Amino acid sequence: MGESYAAVMPTNAYNWIAVWRRNFLAWKKVAMASILGNLADPLTNLFGLGFGLGLIVGRVEGTSYIAFLAAGMVATSAMTSATFETMYAAFARMDAKRTWEAILSTGLTLGDIVLGELVWAATKSVLAGTAIGIVAVALGYASWLSILYAMPTIALTGLVFASMAMVVISLAPSYDYFVFYQTLVLSPMVFLCGVVFPTSQLPGSFQHFVGLLPLAHSVDLIRPAMLERGVDSVALHVAALCVYTVVPFFASIAVFRRRLLR
Amino acid sequence: MSMSTVAIDLAGVRKSFGGRVIVDELSFSVARGECFGLLGPNGAGKSTIARMLLGMISPDAGKIMVLNEPVPARARVARMRVGVVPQFDNLELEFTVRENLLVFGRYFGMSARKIEAVVPSLLEFARLETKADARVSELSGGMKRRVTLARALINDPHLLVMDEPTTGLDPHARHLIWERLRVLLARGKTILLTTHFMEEAERLCDRLCVLEGGRKIAEGKPDVLIDEHIGCNVVEIYGGDPRQLRELIRPHARHIEVSGETLFCYAPYPEQLRVLLRGRAGLRVLQRPPNLEDVFLRLTGREME
Repeated sequence: MGESYAAVMPTNAYNWIAVWRRNFLAWKKVAMASILGNLADPLTNLFGLGFGLGLIVGRVEGTSYIAFLAAGMVATSAMTSATFETMYAAFARMDAKRTWEAILSTGLTLGDIVLGELVWAATKSVLAGTAIGIVAVALGYASWLSILYAMPTIALTGLVFASMAMVVISLAPSYDYFVFYQTLVLSPMVFLCGVVFPTSQLPGSFQHFVGLLPLAHSVDLIRPAMLERGVDSVALHVAALCVYTVVPFFASIAVFRRRLLR
Repeated sequence: MSMSTVAIDLAGVRKSFGGRVIVDELSFSVARGECFGLLGPNGAGKSTIARMLLGMISPDAGKIMVLNEPVPARARVARMRVGVVPQFDNLELEFTVRENLLVFGRYFGMSARKIEAVVPSLLEFARLETKADARVSELSGGMKRRVTLARALINDPHLLVMDEPTTGLDPHARHLIWERLRVLLARGKTILLTTHFMEEAERLCDRLCVLEGGRKIAEGKPDVLIDEHIGCNVVEIYGGDPRQLRELIRPHARHIEVSGETLFCYAPYPEQLRVLLRGRAGLRVLQRPPNLEDVFLRLTGREME
């Protein structure tokens, strides 16, 4: 049994790049539409909530509400773009388009494919998160350098949510099941993890629970970076995000193996 | 056969899905340079066997060796020297033909330079020189199949595994693929192909294995199988009551099979039969040499499709 799992794990540290490059080539053909699509939703939220609510809320944690929200939106757009890339595009490549089937007849393994898809989804998170960051910089709510500081966390956030979505698609029989993950896991996380209001507003018992959610760790790293403040317990946040990447990664490979390589 | 001359070796392979036996105690060997056919109706287990050779399905029992590598344990290493034509095209429809080859070459760890060096000869081989920069979604079914064939050759494989390579193609496209496969065989490649076309098996295969319900029911050279199991002309008769006809022609037949409303009469002296049936209204009589279809019918009591 151990041997058969070893046979599906990533072959080496670089085989996945071929999968990443396949996705990059496909993306280049529709890049403009993809970037606009990635930007539209978070910008709507940013301006709608930022200007609208910002008037009522005033200052939050010593900064303007829109600057507070911008950091939360960077983390959220990293989360949603990695999630959607995996749940819809990667699922199509695994299922209807038979792309994975074609790759499985070559020198790559299932693990190489999953790893390539994860890094690709994280790449799209970096694009989406950075794009929101640039808007924030252009409006004077963050500095250029702060976006650079936030970028590693944006990438890690992408890996986390791609990895978690990978487990969802490995288990889901069809697209219809994704909505449960969106409405029951992702949407609540946006409200619980300090994206639109500080977690200190939550009841005490909730705050402990929130400490377990990956998006909270992303926000706790990205917001101080963008507001150029010191970050508390960096190692804890990074470690939590790494666990949320690695565990689902191996879990998804194990489930895919049962699904695709019977 | 010594190991170095064997491309594929299956010994006692079994596989069930959900309690249903798909492959049952199957053993066969394919020599290097040989074209070996897995022939059988839909559901005979052909595709399962093809996928097993690639490590995409693990057997419940038995041993599989592909190019001297144990599969599935070292399937990835074996696949580096195998080309695959799957039953359903899984090309990148939004990519051009050239991009398909480029992307696929990378999956074998080939450098861009190395891929670019082999692409012109692959395009020429697949008769796609003028389509290099056309999007695959714009190509006909036959052309797509040839792109898949070119793609399968990108890593210069020793062995080609082809699952129903011409299913769904029109006769012209099918003949072109057959002709290309004969060129590959002349170059010394080994081919394992699954098919339910008797004509395909007879034209291409040096040897074949006839499958039904996951079991091997015959194995050998096509002409020998035909000779052993049939060995005489076949007269097909239809348009009458099969039971009545059966009694009528019995004295002239070595063996009779009934399938639907058609009688297959294996007749050493078909002329006598034709005389007997002459003048009977509504009867259609067709005399022809025996083929693998007859072998299958003879062995299983039913037609292939």
